[in-house]
Amino acid sequence: MSFFSINKSFKGGVHPDEHKDLTENSAFELMPYPAEVVLPLSQHIGKPSKVLVKKRDLVKSGQVIAEPDGFISSIIHSPITGKIKDIGKTASVGGRPQEAVTIVAEGEDEVVFMEPLDADSISPEMIIERVKEAGIVGQGGAAFPTYVKLMPPKDKNIECIIINGAECEPYLTRDYRYMVERTQDLIVGIKLIMRALGVKRGIIGIEDNKPEAIKMLKEATSQNSEIKVEVLKTKYPQGAEKMLIKVAVNKEVPPGKLPLDVGVVIQNIRTAISVFDAVVKGEPQITAALTVSGFGIKTPKNLIVRVGTTVQQVLDYCGGTNEDARKVIVGGPMMGVAQYDMSAPIQKATSGLLVLTEPEMKHSQETNCLRCGACVDVCALNLIPKDLAKFSKAGKWDEAEALGVTVCMECGTCSYNCPANIPLVQWIRLGKQRVINIQRSKQNVS
Amino acid sequence: MEPTLILAIATMGGLGLFFAAGLAIADKKLAVEDNPFVVKINEALPGVNCGACGKAGCYDFAVNVAEGTASVTGCPVGGSDTAKEIAMIMGVEAADSEIKTIPRILCKGGNSEAVNKMVDYYGPLSCSAMEIVSGGEKQCLYGCLGAGDCVDACPFDALVMNENGIPEVVPDLCTSCGICVKSCPRDIIEMHPIDQTVFVFCKNQDDPRTAKEVCNVACIACGICARKSDGGIEIINNVGVINYSLLDDTKIPFEKCKTGAIQKIDLELDLGIKMKKN
Repeated sequence: MSFFSINKSFKGGVHPDEHKDLTENSAFELMPYPAEVVLPLSQHIGKPSKVLVKKRDLVKSGQVIAEPDGFISSIIHSPITGKIKDIGKTASVGGRPQEAVTIVAEGEDEVVFMEPLDADSISPEMIIERVKEAGIVGQGGAAFPTYVKLMPPKDKNIECIIINGAECEPYLTRDYRYMVERTQDLIVGIKLIMRALGVKRGIIGIEDNKPEAIKMLKEATSQNSEIKVEVLKTKYPQGAEKMLIKVAVNKEVPPGKLPLDVGVVIQNIRTAISVFDAVVKGEPQITAALTVSGFGIKTPKNLIVRVGTTVQQVLDYCGGTNEDARKVIVGGPMMGVAQYDMSAPIQKATSGLLVLTEPEMKHSQETNCLRCGACVDVCALNLIPKDLAKFSKAGKWDEAEALGVTVCMECGTCSYNCPANIPLVQWIRLGKQRVINIQRSKQNVS
Repeated sequence: MEPTLILAIATMGGLGLFFAAGLAIADKKLAVEDNPFVVKINEALPGVNCGACGKAGCYDFAVNVAEGTASVTGCPVGGSDTAKEIAMIMGVEAADSEIKTIPRILCKGGNSEAVNKMVDYYGPLSCSAMEIVSGGEKQCLYGCLGAGDCVDACPFDALVMNENGIPEVVPDLCTSCGICVKSCPRDIIEMHPIDQTVFVFCKNQDDPRTAKEVCNVACIACGICARKSDGGIEIINNVGVINYSLLDDTKIPFEKCKTGAIQKIDLELDLGIKMKKN
């Protein structure tokens, strides 16, 4: 590694307080499975899955209870052994009630996993089939069904995969723990993904605030010429797809295009671990790994829980919340969703559960825009957040579209850096959604 | 007087006269023949360029009417008087004068009726922005969010937010343009003839128990009104929906509605209150 490749970075970005020390040294703990789980039927991007079970059916851990409905969709397995209590709308971490299956634990835990396969001899088709059967979804946050990502269109030439170990969101240490605890499994998982895609080049991108993980992965890959560890500068949003590609392979993804278009597939650290589990152990995705952190929780932990465990159950398991706790967020503090209903269940792709106190939050009075350009300086996508927000607020969708509102990835860097405390990303998000709706309706007309 | 001053006045005045003459000639020689219908129609229109007709503005609407691509009754703001005038200009029969329609906000779940979540909302104070996250502070997923997108959208200041956090219409200022209907992310505003008095003031499609939990004045789909109404009211998706063509309001037992979701409003009183507010 040359001197110049160290601390590679991109334009813009911010340095929020990391607070990773709260949990980075606590090993994963397996939370015992709860008496009742709630499984939303839409834990992925795409169409909600179709339910295969009825009320009062008995299910075992690992049994398929919902099948994909369409190409971009996912299988859902029962995470516990028990009886279907109800199928209907329940609270979700997304903030909006969702169709979900409620299962009550009953009897001994019976596990019906798939047959373990040999990681050395398995064919690419079989890997993809297994990933699909295991219901694996991208663990980076968007929860895109992984098998779809492993089957890029024929005309796209995939040159390399990037494994995203940046974990640029403050507080979260889930991927870090996987890198140090299951280093060998991770490498096998990455190899499986590379074989499924037929690529010979793999890059693991890690921010330089995780020296332990960098050291261990460099050691583990020292004999392997195909997989390389890339050290990245610690900066938010380093873990965003486009930033990672820019830094790791020095390519820019054009607006409106996907990483596929520049020959790159990105997978999260835990996705690679899940692929390993599915192939080598035959385990479907019935657990979620998450960092429970923040100064508002009694004992911060890295947990592995059954999918469908509610936020409240997780909070109770971690000793409950402190008195000064003010806000509960699912996901990271920058892009996560604030929760109002603690009965919302943890989903497959949930990566963090944060309980924040007043000093950790930024709730100051909004004032007028100073036109200082602080948001423009930090926007990693070279947008002009102040104008996008202004046009969204005024309902001027055409102008917002012309300035590229749909390019925004909603990382929240602009809002974080705004000295006037303007909720920039919230306005931009509104504009983005409206413009996309308008574009769609225009397409339908023409 | 200084001779330079006289020279300056004469020069500027002379130039002014010269250019005025040039403009006067150009005005006559190069005049663009305007469609006389368009001019007349444009004069008959309210001239607020609100866009409620779906055209770019009043002049554009006039051009469309003159070309026959828009209906003479297409201006909701002008109402029947304008429609008649335009019909006269175009030499066609205007449809019977319609009763003015005004928007009705079909939610009574204001701050004192709706149950709040145990959270504070921080973010843009706009109903649309609230709707794309978790939907503001109220628990109800179907009711008024109270941030006043409709009040902001109204070009005629005909909507005011009352103390309870529910917008109210000022009928005198309302021009029936319908812009507020489009601005509401929860679709709770509907246009109704001004003499229509019976409404189900709820859009909550939750099951009755949830509906009751989230709001004191929600329709809980008990169906009493539907049974007595001979088809005038139907319960669709856990909420009463009125079929105005079959409605006979003498048959509806308003006092039996447990939550007061269905109401017959007193026009006199309703308008009176609003006049005072105005």
